[in-house]
Amino acid sequence: MRNLAPVLVILTVIVGIWYAAVTPMNIRMALDQADRAGFNVVPDDARGRRDVSVWVLLANNQQHIGSTFDLERSRLPTPTQVGRELWKGTGEMALRGRALSKRSLIYHGWITLQSTFWGFLLGVTVGILGAVMIVYSRVAELSLMPWAIMSQTIPIVALAPMIIVLSSQLGIEGRGVPKAIISSYLCFFPVLVGMTKGLRSPNISQLDLLMTYNATGLQAFLKLRLPASIPFLFTSLKVGIAAALVGTIVGELPSGAINGLGARILIGDQFGTPLAIWSALLAAAIIAGVLVTLLDLLQKVTLYRMGIRA
Amino acid sequence: MGEDTAKSTEKAVVVAQSLDLTFQTDDGPVHALKDVHLTVNAGDFVSFIGPSGCGKTTFLRVAAGLETPTGGQVTVNGMTPDEARRKRAYGYVFQSAGLYPWRTIAGNVKLPLEIMGYPRSEQEDRVKNVLRLVDLEGFENKFPWQLSGGMQQRASIARALSFDADILLMDEPFGALDEIVRDHLNEQLLDLWNRTGKTISFVTHSIPEAAYLSTKIVVMSPRPGQIKEVIENPLPKERPLDIRDTPEFLEVTHRVREGLRSVHAYG
Repeated sequence: MRNLAPVLVILTVIVGIWYAAVTPMNIRMALDQADRAGFNVVPDDARGRRDVSVWVLLANNQQHIGSTFDLERSRLPTPTQVGRELWKGTGEMALRGRALSKRSLIYHGWITLQSTFWGFLLGVTVGILGAVMIVYSRVAELSLMPWAIMSQTIPIVALAPMIIVLSSQLGIEGRGVPKAIISSYLCFFPVLVGMTKGLRSPNISQLDLLMTYNATGLQAFLKLRLPASIPFLFTSLKVGIAAALVGTIVGELPSGAINGLGARILIGDQFGTPLAIWSALLAAAIIAGVLVTLLDLLQKVTLYRMGIRA
Repeated sequence: MGEDTAKSTEKAVVVAQSLDLTFQTDDGPVHALKDVHLTVNAGDFVSFIGPSGCGKTTFLRVAAGLETPTGGQVTVNGMTPDEARRKRAYGYVFQSAGLYPWRTIAGNVKLPLEIMGYPRSEQEDRVKNVLRLVDLEGFENKFPWQLSGGMQQRASIARALSFDADILLMDEPFGALDEIVRDHLNEQLLDLWNRTGKTISFVTHSIPEAAYLSTKIVVMSPRPGQIKEVIENPLPKERPLDIRDTPEFLEVTHRVREGLRSVHAYG
């Protein structure tokens, strides 16, 4: 509850800015429609309006401002419109027993969620293994780390189509595997960095102590380095899961995809239905929020059980 | 009986002969130890005292096999320090308690036992025994942050005692504690030493602490780190805290202070 209030404040601010942006974003479209319907608009021809700034149009056509909130294919739909569209694609479908129909966002969200999960799993595995190698081998540190950093400077949208083409060349059917790879490409990095830091967090005297017990390297790893890295791991996981979701959506964008939130966004763009784009975006944001919150809970429980004061 | 004790106290445990250690650093070589000769006998309580950089901690680390000397030799129970370390001949107590925050007090004390592969039931027994020894019964399931600094340090001493090594190497274990807690722990440590007959090497910055605890006080001087003087402590084995107000005690602290003063005259 204590955390809820600040979140709600920010949410209110965002929705406020959103509403404020609706009128200037949609005024031209609203005036075009009003003109066509025979209402009085200043200036009264499309070319004339194109030469005038949004602010002048607003000042001269105040009677049409109300209609900017209620356009069917507006450039920027209002939060209410997006919320209604999202409900239509989820709750309403579910109530009609068609939650898993291909027209419902639940279905597409589920597809995206599955890919996110596999991408997350792959990315976390790669990240942890990479961190272990870096911590234990100077050679790996010098060779792996620069590539890992460089990998993040390549735009994933440029890489995604190549991965999809490559995997279909290799005879891998469907989008599942390439999507998971694209997703893991974004999510392994925070895990790699966080785990490297975590595995290195024990101080010299903690390591010396194990030396005095003549502990093996494996014992030092299992009893000291690994538990010491857990708080770092969770921080990375929370960043990583959000990155995995973004990666999955990017993996669903290249043409040909029909399933998943990314594909909904792309189709909405192609068919000029901003409401579809926005509702898919909102669905993705909600999924990300839920995933991060779940990891946060898992972190709290784990650290509490480990006796670490959060 | 008396003869036996006399014999056992003469058995050399740690022997250093013309020990040298030079660290290569970016600012050039640092002569941490120079020509150190020292014998620590079984049952001794030896304190190392001297200004920072005199090599007292380094000496302890060499004896523990954590540093390799560049000249001379050291034996621990007749072995090289590294062999002694492999045989788990000593328990080491660091300046910071260094308890693992994710383990309970019992879990922390159990750590060396797990690593050394003691059977589970024996682990439990030993944890119970050493926690009683350091007066921490009832705190088994507490986490380190729930304990005071003094209690944490006691837990770390219990950890070093748990596997029954004959030698205890202690590197300023009470350095970070306030004086009242320190007095209390000194008394407990002395009692523990009396009951267990361990050989203890103890690094400290405090003259009264060294005088109160030790049978032998090693005064060291810095740059290069070497032994200035070894003072035999004439105080009896039984030492209540108020022994520190007796003329005999003041005589010992005076001698240590004189030794340290001559060290400082160098710098």
